[in-house]
Amino acid sequence: MNRWTQYAYLTFVYLFLYAPLGLLIVYSFNTATYSLLWHGFTFAWYKTLLADSNLANVALHSLEVGLLTATFATGIGIITATCFYRYRFFARKFLHSLMFILIVMPDLVLGIAFLILFTVLKIEPGFCTLLLAHTMLCAPFVTVTIFSRLSSFDQQLFEAARDLGANELIILWRIILPLVLPAILAGWLLSFTLSLDDVMISFFVTGPDFQTLPLYIYSLVRLGINPELNALCSVVFALTLCAVISAHIFLTRKKI
Amino acid sequence: MMNSKHILRWFSITSVWLWLILFALVPALLVILTSFLHYDANELVRWQLTWHNYQRLFDAQYLLVFWRSFLLASVCTGLCLIIAYPFAYFLARLHQGKYLLLLLIMIPFWTSSLIRTYAIVAILKAKGVLNTLLIYSGLIEKPLSILYSTPAVLIGLVYSLLPFMILPLYASIEKLDRRLIDAARDLGANRIRIFWHVMLPLTLPGIMGGLLLVLLPAMSLFYIPDILGGARSLLIGNAIADQFLSAHNWPVGSAVSMLLSALMILMLLLYFKINKTQTLLQSDDLNL
Amino acid sequence: MSPNVVEFRHIVKQFQDHRVLNDISFEVKAGEFLTLLGPSGCGKTTLLRILSGFERPDSGSVFINGRDVTVLAPQERHVNTVFQSYALFPHLSVFDNVAFGLRCKRVSKVLIEQQVVNALRMVKLEGLLQRKPHQLSGGQQQRVAVARAAVNNPPVLLLDEPLSALDYRLRKAMRIELKQLQMQLGISFIFVTHDQEEALSMSDRLIVLHEGSVVQIGTPREIYEEPTSLQVAQFIGEVNIFPTQLIAIGEHTLDVLIEGKQFLLKKRASVTYKQTLYTLVRPEDIKVWALNEVSNTDRMLRGTIEQVIYKGATVDLIIRLASKTRIASTQFFNEDDEKLDFEVNESVWLHWIPGWEVMLSSDEL
Repeated sequence: MNRWTQYAYLTFVYLFLYAPLGLLIVYSFNTATYSLLWHGFTFAWYKTLLADSNLANVALHSLEVGLLTATFATGIGIITATCFYRYRFFARKFLHSLMFILIVMPDLVLGIAFLILFTVLKIEPGFCTLLLAHTMLCAPFVTVTIFSRLSSFDQQLFEAARDLGANELIILWRIILPLVLPAILAGWLLSFTLSLDDVMISFFVTGPDFQTLPLYIYSLVRLGINPELNALCSVVFALTLCAVISAHIFLTRKKI
Repeated sequence: MMNSKHILRWFSITSVWLWLILFALVPALLVILTSFLHYDANELVRWQLTWHNYQRLFDAQYLLVFWRSFLLASVCTGLCLIIAYPFAYFLARLHQGKYLLLLLIMIPFWTSSLIRTYAIVAILKAKGVLNTLLIYSGLIEKPLSILYSTPAVLIGLVYSLLPFMILPLYASIEKLDRRLIDAARDLGANRIRIFWHVMLPLTLPGIMGGLLLVLLPAMSLFYIPDILGGARSLLIGNAIADQFLSAHNWPVGSAVSMLLSALMILMLLLYFKINKTQTLLQSDDLNL
Repeated sequence: MSPNVVEFRHIVKQFQDHRVLNDISFEVKAGEFLTLLGPSGCGKTTLLRILSGFERPDSGSVFINGRDVTVLAPQERHVNTVFQSYALFPHLSVFDNVAFGLRCKRVSKVLIEQQVVNALRMVKLEGLLQRKPHQLSGGQQQRVAVARAAVNNPPVLLLDEPLSALDYRLRKAMRIELKQLQMQLGISFIFVTHDQEEALSMSDRLIVLHEGSVVQIGTPREIYEEPTSLQVAQFIGEVNIFPTQLIAIGEHTLDVLIEGKQFLLKKRASVTYKQTLYTLVRPEDIKVWALNEVSNTDRMLRGTIEQVIYKGATVDLIIRLASKTRIASTQFFNEDDEKLDFEVNESVWLHWIPGWEVMLSSDEL
């Protein structure tokens, strides 16, 4: 199989993955309302988005949940990752497997599990339940990201630091934190993305009073193609795109 | 004696125990428990254990739905595998541009599949891009009504889940020691033999990882069949969602999820078994 | 105040059911270059780690400058280590790496600057202050690791196989540099290696370890020329071993039977009739003669050449005796010995100068 066939195959798959999205973005600038023919360039649909107060409310909810989720999940992730990395303790392997299952479990099962949990704990579905659920959804991912970063270090680095006279605090502050910071930032960004995009868990865990952006989009999508929706999706996509690219850069930067 | 080091340790371990037990173990146990309870129209559940919910599972209706979902999901997974394997292989073989191209795979991996599914709708509609192109190029005369049918759901699933198959495969193929293939070639093996006897067994963990990340979501991502299949496609994900939110029959809903979870556990066991054999077989880095 | 910088007393260490260190005791003198030599798994690295504080002995104690440090944490001991993988902090520059230990001790900025530049000048890296480790070559990284440890002025510097990751040429150059550095600094170096060439060329004293026990301590010369056990003899360099039968003990000589021939060897004090004896001769001490070159072959052994190995500066010969024993001999090119072109299957005579052999009895084996 020669090189050009390989390149062609790669290009074809990339096109397959990106063409629909590209079209979506292009059409969000299309003057026509329902036709799929190009009628002219316009920002009209984006202007309508800004004017929609209902949407603004929903978007705010999602952003709030997203930012808080990312921060809490990252906090939990740092503690958990360093814990697994440094200490040996009772049932360590068991807890590690629990976390693994949490990652692999389909969102659907997670959603209903949390729904049942919150009902038993008598917590009203709404902002809090969503925040909790999303934090628990994202925390394992952050943990894994930070843990794999920690594991990639030469073990002897910590010994070298102690050999040179550093105590626990200095090691944490001057050695561990700087080296792990990119992974922490990437974890934060990925959690934000996950929370902002989540449909399944939000579906089960929010109440009628609390609407999130993905659910809002979902209800509109069921109604069919809509240029305003195109604009909205483009914006959300652009936002998550920035987050993912930044996270990727942090994770793959060769040396700090 | 409590000094800062011990306090930190105690605090960390307790936090980890707390959040994992409370938010991973307990919910799981609750689902299992609910699947054994009685449905009650007023109180949601009656505190009485029963096998009834599971008996209903073996109703032809549920088994059929489960089987259909499984079939569809398997086809989707198979397609993803066939498309992704050569892709991952070619990508791993590239000498430059890997960084950018990997990023381009990460993006659909992490961004909303809801939005991406919506993008597919525009393509598949009767007056959509696909039909327009096909008619324009003269391949067909009447527009294909692909939307709101099982093929559409299949396309949507493959579209959403392809990156989830590509990444584990890529990771596995990248780690493959190129020298093993060279050795096989040196010993006279042809392409097919190399693939079947060297590449496939050694990338099995990657394949299994991809299967895990694709098969289960393909059965449970109910919004994709909802958007692309209209009311006609009722898959196991939809069935569970319905039981919980429309029929409010949580016990039955839980029981059906248990079926799905059982499949997940089976696959996890297979995954771990394959990984264990692999770590035994794979030679160490040649770092003498 | 004892002149011993370090003292190990009856160190025992066990990992699971494997005894790694078996009652080890020795001292390290001030200003000496001491090497711990032994095959992999003999416990030398464990010993080093016990000294630096990363392992605790199961029993026994460690003294640094007369002070018992057995239970102290690494950061509380005044010892520094050069790690095998260098362990340079990847996110810090060369300057910051070297300054790390000083900063932990809160030395003043001005002093830090002075001492770091000094240390880097000693290892000849003063131009690379701001580089990051990944921008340095292996040899440069190794020198930064040495500077980082040495700048803290410890009474003893520990080096755990620091040259093992370097290629042959670089390794030989670094050996000289490290030795010079040690003499310049005037502090004790404890050097761990399994490479006996390194050990012999660098050390003031050598400690040979085998399976957790000290088998011999001495200068390189003593270890090489007078090994006190078979392990030491075989680990350092090559050696030929001849089972020996004692015939008579004279006043100054021993009458022995080796390979069926009688030899008169120098008397050793501890030899008795009850022991089984072995005679050890180094390959470079075996002289090989062609059949027509010598006439008096009473005290010579006869053999056939099996292999001729040309090594540039020397020629190694593998010779098979009548009893099927194989002997290794290293021949040097020199004016006295004209014939050096031996051929396979050629018959030869071999002997060694009496007194150049080592005799060991079976209980020293």
